[in-house]
Amino acid sequence: MKEELFVSGRNIPNIDPYLNIWHWQIPLYLFLGGLAAGILFFAGFYTVRGKANQMPATVKLAPILAPIALVLGLFALFLDLKHKLFFWQLYTTIRLESPMGWGSWTLMIITPLSFIWVASYMKELIPGWNWKFNILERFEALVIKYRVALAWVMMIYAIILGVYTGILLSAFNARPLWNTSILGPLFLVSGFSTGLATIIWISKDAKERKKLSRIDLVFIFVELFLIVHLFMGFKAGSQTAIEAANLFLGGPFTVSFWVFVVILGLVFPAVLETLELWGYHVPKWLPPVMILIGGLMFRFIIVEAGQITRYLY
Amino acid sequence: MRYAMAIDTNKCVGCGDCVVACQTENNVPHGYCRDWIVESVDGTYPSLSLEFRSERCNHCDNSPCVRCCPTGASHIEEGGIVTVTHNKCIGCGACIESCPYDARYSHPDGYVDKCTFCLHRVQKGQKPACVEVCPTKCLHFGDLDDPNSDVSLAIKDRKWKVLAPEAGTDPQLYFLT
Ligand code: SF4
Ligand code: SF4
Repeated sequence: MKEELFVSGRNIPNIDPYLNIWHWQIPLYLFLGGLAAGILFFAGFYTVRGKANQMPATVKLAPILAPIALVLGLFALFLDLKHKLFFWQLYTTIRLESPMGWGSWTLMIITPLSFIWVASYMKELIPGWNWKFNILERFEALVIKYRVALAWVMMIYAIILGVYTGILLSAFNARPLWNTSILGPLFLVSGFSTGLATIIWISKDAKERKKLSRIDLVFIFVELFLIVHLFMGFKAGSQTAIEAANLFLGGPFTVSFWVFVVILGLVFPAVLETLELWGYHVPKWLPPVMILIGGLMFRFIIVEAGQITRYLY
Repeated sequence: MRYAMAIDTNKCVGCGDCVVACQTENNVPHGYCRDWIVESVDGTYPSLSLEFRSERCNHCDNSPCVRCCPTGASHIEEGGIVTVTHNKCIGCGACIESCPYDARYSHPDGYVDKCTFCLHRVQKGQKPACVEVCPTKCLHFGDLDDPNSDVSLAIKDRKWKVLAPEAGTDPQLYFLT
């Protein structure tokens, strides 16, 4: 038996008894970042493949949500900061070693790109739209001319953003639950899946939705595979890793994780999407909503549980 | 130069003077502390062992808190002392997440705060406040590169351990056992 006590009565807010310095803002930020990354990636993807007209919701309509999600995400990050007046210090240095640092720079780049993307489709989306200023019209023409190049850049940044949402956590060696390289790909896949779900929800074109549902099924499958892999890795790891896994295997996060994230957020929507592909009638909004809620819960749970895990000494 | 501290766990009685001295010296807000005392009881009755440890930031040589700071507010001062520049810190909390020892906290004023090894005193040639007040003289501070410093002499002929070496941060608090 080993018992460790703070005999000097340490009870620091948000540190004791469990670390809880990141509240709802960070998981929301990660969720919105992943969502925007997913939407922008597929908008770029189908543009590069020359399918912009067959996939109108993917390429033209859904991207409107991306800049909104990114701005809201940045705002959530801002709300997380405790020394808000010094926010600008983030953008006075480039520190590649700090995920928080290069992540905020990635956002600083992809957010304007997403605005430009949406702007270039304004005329198609809203008939009669005009930019009023000549220079804006000329800028729009330029963007339209180089849209494929922009799509490539956007795809690359979308992948960086998607992976970043996982790396932000996995870079913390001090938190065993986060400190696994699977978290990067897992968050990427999950983010892309939430992006796809949003597009499927918005799309009115049966063919487009079918195509996206198929891709989404692959993503959900990969995500489930990565989750199993994650726990196998922990179980084969050190004591700290095993204790991290145990939070989900009988510990306090067991029900919320397996029921809400895995079953209701992944398995169930996958079954519904499959049924839909087979021709059964499924309410259009149901699978996307479940995926989105599942994705949000996933990030909340991982952020909260990760802060509980620590080194033992 | 490499500042470090040795804590004699056999001498420490857990009185908490170091905690109060730090709070006074550094104006630590009420309800917070930069150092603390852990009482660790190990074994099964009747063969129990008891250890008192006065803990604080380890001023790690390979400090994750400095690496993950997006603004450079967390940085390394002379002699390897890890400190936070208050008006550069945005309070993002990354460094708090990164510390395996939970040695940092969010100051009510917004920035992140932690033990500084009393850098302001050390620069004047004085010892950190906690070291100065310890009634059992179980804390030893100094430059590890100097073989005649308090800390070098303290760890020279004694068995010591560092906490959670597997975290890989190369901590600089030496617990004499
Ligand atoms: S103990 Fe924590 S705060 Fe101190 S240097 Fe090491 S990682 Fe940083
Ligand atoms: S809270 Fe302050 S010191 Fe810590 S990582 Fe963020 S900016 Fe750096």
